[in-house]
Amino acid sequence: MNRSASGKWWLYAILSVAVVIVSAPFVWMVVGSLKTTSELRRSPPTWLPENATLDNYSQLFSRLDFGTYFFNSTVVAVVVTVGNLLFCSMLGYALAMLDFPGKKALFGVVMATLLIPGVVTFVPLFVLVANAGLVDTLPGLMLPFLAAPFGVFLMRQFILGLPRDLLDAGRVDGAGELRIFARIFLPLCGPALATLGILTFLGSWNNFLWPLVVAQTEQTYTLPVALALYSKGQNATNYGLLLAGATVVVVPVLLVFLAFQRRVIEGIATTGIK
Amino acid sequence: MLALPFCLLFLVFTVWPVLQSLFMSITDTRAKDLRTPFSVDFVGLDNYTRALSDENFLRAVRNTAYFVLVGVPLTLTLALAAAVALDRGISRFRSAFRLGFYTPVVTSIVAVAVVWQFLLNREFGLINTVLGWVGISGPNWLGDPDWAMPALIMMASWRNFGTGMIIFLAGLQAVPWALHEAASIDGASAWQRFRHITLPMLRPTMLFVSVTTMIGYLQFFEEPFVMTNGGPLDSTVSMSLYTYRQFGFGNYGYAASLSYLIFVVVAIVTALQFRALREKE
Repeated sequence: MNRSASGKWWLYAILSVAVVIVSAPFVWMVVGSLKTTSELRRSPPTWLPENATLDNYSQLFSRLDFGTYFFNSTVVAVVVTVGNLLFCSMLGYALAMLDFPGKKALFGVVMATLLIPGVVTFVPLFVLVANAGLVDTLPGLMLPFLAAPFGVFLMRQFILGLPRDLLDAGRVDGAGELRIFARIFLPLCGPALATLGILTFLGSWNNFLWPLVVAQTEQTYTLPVALALYSKGQNATNYGLLLAGATVVVVPVLLVFLAFQRRVIEGIATTGIK
Repeated sequence: MLALPFCLLFLVFTVWPVLQSLFMSITDTRAKDLRTPFSVDFVGLDNYTRALSDENFLRAVRNTAYFVLVGVPLTLTLALAAAVALDRGISRFRSAFRLGFYTPVVTSIVAVAVVWQFLLNREFGLINTVLGWVGISGPNWLGDPDWAMPALIMMASWRNFGTGMIIFLAGLQAVPWALHEAASIDGASAWQRFRHITLPMLRPTMLFVSVTTMIGYLQFFEEPFVMTNGGPLDSTVSMSLYTYRQFGFGNYGYAASLSYLIFVVVAIVTALQFRALREKE
């Protein structure tokens, strides 16, 4: 099989063209962000920037407030990620290793909500957050996402694969339940925690509908909200600025993803096929 | 005790809103009722009957159906083609190709929508420039009611086929190579082997990928929000975008009922797909 497979040069050619097509929008985005808007409006387009300039970026961070949006996106994503790692591993562990009344029902309810679209809950969630006075605050952006069912599923599946003897051994040695979880099981969950952490971080960074509803002034905008609103406002035809903005949104996650791509791809594959 | 923190958050921010949403959908709650929650009236199923006769909502339903019925098969085909090519066709650079195809999935839809809006520009967009090389005069993608939706579908398929590809690749591991070899000795062509061995064995994976892709596409929102604002001539208003607009107008009760209708569609479609793919076994 390998002999015949490596001889298929035409398949390599097709796949290479496909990769070029798939990555072209990103290349075009980065190259475009270095051009002036008047150059971007030219037809036919120029390939490389005539006078490469970082002017678009300096505008983003001086005239517009992308520094703040970047900060907001980062804080929200980090807190949401830490919250999920903590809460989902705790419940995942309890569901996998411990016996308590209502365990099956709890797992069923949590799994059932996996299917519920975010659009179903945002209206009452907004009312809830508004009544708590958290509209237009960072906690308002984070709170609803601190404990997501997906993480419970992922952690439970992983912990089910760990030996139960560890639990008994810990109990025999007289360790408390919390200690058994934190000192024995949690350190063994490294791979699952890494996968969950990255997927949660990416999800939070790219999240849009909820921040769009809750962030109402520029102080609490996250990057996607700011970018979406600028792309419709008075900067709508300032293509250089928008492409630079998109680059600022995309490049950090691309770097995180490239650094941890194995974990992400394995995570998708294992949770995908059960 | 370990379950407590999650359960509290889960109760407040997931279970309660789901129930509250159902409750709101049978009331006439509006934005101004936030401060006076007892002034809302029950209206029974009025919101739902209103939705089913709301020409604008029905338009959004048809647009969403278009997006799903064309977008899901296209995305699945691309995903499966990439997975099969990477699984059996080549032996080197497999992970590099896999990475290249998967990358769009992790990026923000808002950001790629902004970039695509530029790519799709009629005069100086990259897509029409490339089409021009082969003598095709590209349409005014996002400005033409007939072409705006195909453009959104193209972008969504580009962004999302990587997920399906990864899951198909995992599923293909379960297809025994010995079967392929036996069939090819019996004179079966590559296409016949794909059709009669690979496809049937991939059925569970296919089910999973089509259900998750469809659930995602039924809720598409960012693409029209950023790229077309639902236009031109409402040709790209999706159910989620319409729901968001009603919420923006302060019609909370009505928006809640619309969101429940989306939920019902998601649930029905999922159940139907499970049945359709199970029955063939």
